[in-house]
Amino acid sequence: MIERISNSQLFQLIMANMKELIREPGVLFWGIVFPILMSLGLGVAFTKKKDVITHIAVVGQNHLMPQPTDTSSLLLSFLQTNKASLEKSSQGFISRRLTIPDDKLGNTTFIFQAMDWQKAMVLLKRGNLNIVLDEKHGIIQYHFDPMNPDAQLIYLKLSKMFNASGPVIREANTEINPLTVSGTRYIDFLVPGLIAMGVMMSCMWGVSYAIIERRAKKLLRRMVATPMKRSNFLLALITVRILMNFVEAGLLFLVAWLAFGTTIQGSVAALITLFIAGNLAFAGIAIFLASHTAKTEIGNGLINALSMPMMVLSGIFFSYHNFPEWSISTIQKFPLTMMADGMRSAFIEGAGFAELTMPIIILSAIGVLFFTAGMKVFKWY
Amino acid sequence: METGSVIEVINVHKSFKTVQAVRGIDLHIGAGQFVAILGPNGAGKTTLVEMIEGIQQPDKGEIFILGKTWKGNEAYLRRLIGLSLQETHFIEKLTVWETLRLFASFFGIGKERCEEVLHLVAMEEKRKAWVVNLSGGQRQRLALGISMLNNPRILLLDEPTTGLDPNARREIWAILNKLKDGGQTSMILTTHYMEEAEQLCDYIVIIDHGKILKQGTLNDLLGEILDLPVKPAEIRKITLDDLFTSLTGRHLND
Repeated sequence: MIERISNSQLFQLIMANMKELIREPGVLFWGIVFPILMSLGLGVAFTKKKDVITHIAVVGQNHLMPQPTDTSSLLLSFLQTNKASLEKSSQGFISRRLTIPDDKLGNTTFIFQAMDWQKAMVLLKRGNLNIVLDEKHGIIQYHFDPMNPDAQLIYLKLSKMFNASGPVIREANTEINPLTVSGTRYIDFLVPGLIAMGVMMSCMWGVSYAIIERRAKKLLRRMVATPMKRSNFLLALITVRILMNFVEAGLLFLVAWLAFGTTIQGSVAALITLFIAGNLAFAGIAIFLASHTAKTEIGNGLINALSMPMMVLSGIFFSYHNFPEWSISTIQKFPLTMMADGMRSAFIEGAGFAELTMPIIILSAIGVLFFTAGMKVFKWY
Repeated sequence: METGSVIEVINVHKSFKTVQAVRGIDLHIGAGQFVAILGPNGAGKTTLVEMIEGIQQPDKGEIFILGKTWKGNEAYLRRLIGLSLQETHFIEKLTVWETLRLFASFFGIGKERCEEVLHLVAMEEKRKAWVVNLSGGQRQRLALGISMLNNPRILLLDEPTTGLDPNARREIWAILNKLKDGGQTSMILTTHYMEEAEQLCDYIVIIDHGKILKQGTLNDLLGEILDLPVKPAEIRKITLDDLFTSLTGRHLND
């Protein structure tokens, strides 16, 4: 029995594809390690609110140090009252540092740096700071680009802070209710999208490119000169890809679970079925894409032409609802959008078969349709 | 149709758009016969071999392999034919043994025959080597081994030694001569090397512009050009190019 299985075409083809895959360190890195690193990087970057440090230029006079001729500076007395620490940078800037603690949104540290107007303009142009303060006749004046949202935010914070007695930002925070429950964080949005994108890229490159490369290198022609069943060749390629995608998605989920506590709130069975349907869809598209050409350069172009727009538009990293309203219904019809949306609804909205049956059917139909069309025009040599 | 020939090509024509690649070729190859097809690039030899191999269909004429046409008999005929191309890139990160096992599985052949073939092509020491780490000669020996896995009745070799150094070429010839001694296999070989044809084949077909210019045994063909100003002692130095020049008035590589 074992001998019979090990001598079978399909088994040998699957083993050959599997060995080829696992013996290529680059494939393992880009297929498994890179998506995990990306999710960790983006997850950390967008999940944990970092402390905000804001640089503010103070010009006109040096309001940060007590001056013998001017003891009535509003800004100086404010900073002294709030115990802002006095520092002198290596570049010679005198600065006062004031930190407004906030354990919900992260601390905000204002660094008020004394400098002349010309230097302030240079730093403004470089983007090192967004706002310049000046004090004339007992009035604090704000200089900033009204079209710059960061500058507007700093202005609002500063003006509120200055107009109140003492640091009132803490009080304002009590009115804010940050959403940190599982399912509403960026990482919860990101992981299902990354899994869907991984499936697409893996099928495009792993199936399409592999076929085109084998055709270009005459391996396909050599294989079909034997009694090899052509369907076995494609079946083995797709099987290995789906297995690889399961490993890739499983590891990605495991890391997200361990690092961020990501969970699946919906039906796991429905999620797996959707995952398989997505694999079928992209494998079918990959075979159609690779059905004719024997040039790897053309294959490269075809794969990029198909996958890049979906990667950008399908809302993998950020919601596609940011795109113009008229484009949304088209974007929602992309297989990657369908798969990513379906996976998100299973991951974070608690969806089951009732909600996912339609995308499962459509994705499977796309797979069958493209596979059939691909086989009709497939060139083996 | 029943025929005594293993391969019978009857008035075959093939065109690609405006190019007539093969124009009315007739060829009969008997059991155990080793035949060389010689000709310059673009002569039509690859197209002819591809039609015999069944991956191209003739526009006109018929090809019989063991008395059968390709239509409706592909699965049967594929089991009887071995093929080695000028250059095939096998899966690079499979070992020699795994590659043999893979191709053997297409014929439903087990490990024993793979061991025999490994021995036949003298690659036992390379059994665990990845294909990517093989030299050009070793890759061609592996390709040849794969083509012989199924003990083929017909072996089609498309320039099997092109680009190989003389030693590697001689190793391939040694393997093919052993096969020839077995007398079970008919072979069609396309080549640029006269010496190769001389070493391996009992029958030579020279084609150009899609037509057969001459065919016969080596001695027949050499006899044809004895009228040239060549002394008998120099006959063994005659190259394919000389032969081709005598037939066409131009050089083989023109």
